[in-house]
Amino acid sequence: MSSRMSFFGPGHGACPGCGLTIATRNVLEALEGKCFVANSTGCLEIVSSQYDRSAWGVPYIHSLFENAGAVAAGIDLALKALKRKDEGKVVVFAGDGATADIGIGPLSGMFDRNHDVIYICLDNEAYQNTGNQQSGLTPPGSNTTTTPVGKLLPGKLGKKKDMVSIAVAHGVPYVATASVAFHADIRRKVKKAAEIEGAKYIQIHTPCVTGWGIDGKQTIESARLAYETALYPIVEYENGELIRVRKIKERKPVEEYLKIQRRFRHLFTHPRGKEVIEILQKIADENAARFNLDI
Amino acid sequence: MRKVVRGFYSIAYSVKLCRPNVIAAYPITPQTEIVENLASMYANGELGECEYVTAESEFGAASILVGASAAGARTFTATCSQGLILMSEVLINAAGMRLPIVLVNTNRALSAPLSIWNDHQDSMILRDAGLMQIHVESNQEAHDMVPVAFKVAENHKVMLPFMINMDGYKLTHAYEPIDLLDQETIDEFLPSYDPPVYMTTKNPLTFGSYAPPQYYAEFRVVMQNAMDRARKELENAYKEWAEITGRDWGGHVVAENVEDAELVAIAMGSLTGMVRDVVSELRTQGKKVGLLKIRTLRPFPIEEVRKALKNAEKILVFERAVSFGHEGPVGMEVKSACFGLTPEFYSFAVGLGGRDIPREEIVKIIGNVYEGKVEQGFHFGTVKPFEEVIV
Ligand SMILES: Cc1ncc(C[n+]2csc(CCOP(=O)(O)OP(=O)(O)O)c2C)c(N)n1
Ligand code: SF4
Ligand SMILES: [Mg+2]
Repeated sequence: MSSRMSFFGPGHGACPGCGLTIATRNVLEALEGKCFVANSTGCLEIVSSQYDRSAWGVPYIHSLFENAGAVAAGIDLALKALKRKDEGKVVVFAGDGATADIGIGPLSGMFDRNHDVIYICLDNEAYQNTGNQQSGLTPPGSNTTTTPVGKLLPGKLGKKKDMVSIAVAHGVPYVATASVAFHADIRRKVKKAAEIEGAKYIQIHTPCVTGWGIDGKQTIESARLAYETALYPIVEYENGELIRVRKIKERKPVEEYLKIQRRFRHLFTHPRGKEVIEILQKIADENAARFNLDI
Repeated sequence: MRKVVRGFYSIAYSVKLCRPNVIAAYPITPQTEIVENLASMYANGELGECEYVTAESEFGAASILVGASAAGARTFTATCSQGLILMSEVLINAAGMRLPIVLVNTNRALSAPLSIWNDHQDSMILRDAGLMQIHVESNQEAHDMVPVAFKVAENHKVMLPFMINMDGYKLTHAYEPIDLLDQETIDEFLPSYDPPVYMTTKNPLTFGSYAPPQYYAEFRVVMQNAMDRARKELENAYKEWAEITGRDWGGHVVAENVEDAELVAIAMGSLTGMVRDVVSELRTQGKKVGLLKIRTLRPFPIEEVRKALKNAEKILVFERAVSFGHEGPVGMEVKSACFGLTPEFYSFAVGLGGRDIPREEIVKIIGNVYEGKVEQGFHFGTVKPFEEVIV
């Protein structure tokens, strides 16, 4: 049995090509399975923790949708009090909805108290477990069941919440984004986070085959295009300082990313589609300027 | 060591002696002083191998304890009212995961309207949550029940959260001479926490799994079984406590003068003292009245309640909460224990939102029921004349 088999899977029930499982495996491998996992309610939890067929080869707890940050803080405190810190790192796996919306209070508390926890936000940009409803991390223009495309509306209006800045503003020692398009980068960041004492936040872009309307084989391609268009900047902060970004060689127009996904397809036909594409391009341009992404 | 202390201190001191590993809390009146006292003990290095944190909310505090308890720590928190309700999603979850978290609820009314004063509406709403629940009458009883709570919650035959209810202000802020326990007594009574399973990399297990219909029901059956076993285990712990300390608080219920009583008055918590007093006085006047103090609300001591009420012609429950659209919750419980018996039934909701409960009111209610001057069923205690605006 390979190590990958023993930390996570076999036996999870995720859709073929799901970004969550790729990210999760990479995180667990980087930690060599020496960790305690707190997971929020969501796709990862549902596909991996069914009674009698858990896919987890590490100690795992799922409590509620919105409290994984606090549950992890509790594990950290228990390990401290019981002098068992050397057993492993405490890791959260939480969806974008659990992180940026309903669980942001407990997450903020965990950051604020600076618990020794690696918080992984698995960002598939909507509530996917419940069938693709919008979250704070859903990008503008996205067609979700709660921001549906209609005669008037072109999908979600508003912005993708800037969770990275929110994390940085808490003064936690390490904050990064990553993408399932770059496995080695995920692993490096997790290893680095594991070396740092205190709260760490890593937000990983994890395409959802079903919600985004892509083919199971397009997971990596769509994640890569998000990076190549600068819609998903890959950045790294230590002690509040931006220390590293993943530069983009030839930045692509956002349409290249949008056109392969069903959730954005209406933007090419809807009366307000052009306007939204312009907004998205503006966001990408601003990201590129803010993080100096273009080579 | 006998000392005059306030209720909140009697709790904090007892919690300290129980050697908790993780305390997470959030302030809310009139509970705040419990966690303030624990925070000060922590700041002075008096809590031993314990981590104390102020969470960002009661929801966060309870969630922290879920993680800590699952990782093998002995855990404590205190709250009430809005805080308890905010914790409720987590506490229900903790019960399902069989985590023996101990909490003290300093009973307080629920908003709206906002009230910081005492009644039992908060804990009653968690009646079906899967927590063991007891009500205490005095601060000594509160002090004594903390180690009992840990012992029974952590008992492998039980493994459920335990909530001690003590009346906000009436007990928490009252000064009483308390026989403060000593460490030796507690160490003898309460072994260190030895979880049957816990989160460890040495034996990686999954906690809080998802159960499709083919599994879910069995998890709920075992919770009910655990509650059933808790009846015996809690009773044993009450007895052992009496043997070790010489203070016998009785079993799940305390029945006084019920054998020949025509009327049995039922109370919980700090009101019990006054009802007892009135009942004794009526006895000296030759009136056949008795008292039933209910200590354990969950698991509900159905046998003991039925036994105590089997001869009663009239049952009178003093309620501190209301199930809107029905009646008082304790009355509902008591009636279920009396199924098949045919006493007359009366209940009065008194002291809602901290409304003063004058002794004369208790005298009047008991007297009127005894003399057949009141209709059967649910009533409110004295309220002022008022006009309803929304009708
Ligand atoms: C308090 C509460 N509200 C709503 C839900 C329903 N619910 C479960 S998972 C979920 C969405 C999860 O979204 P996200 O965190 O982004 O994870 P994903 O499934 O997308 O990976 C929702 C709305 C719940 N379980 N609990
Ligand atoms: S719905 Fe999306 S996130 Fe959920 S398992 Fe399928 S691909 Fe993964
Ligand atoms: Mg999501």
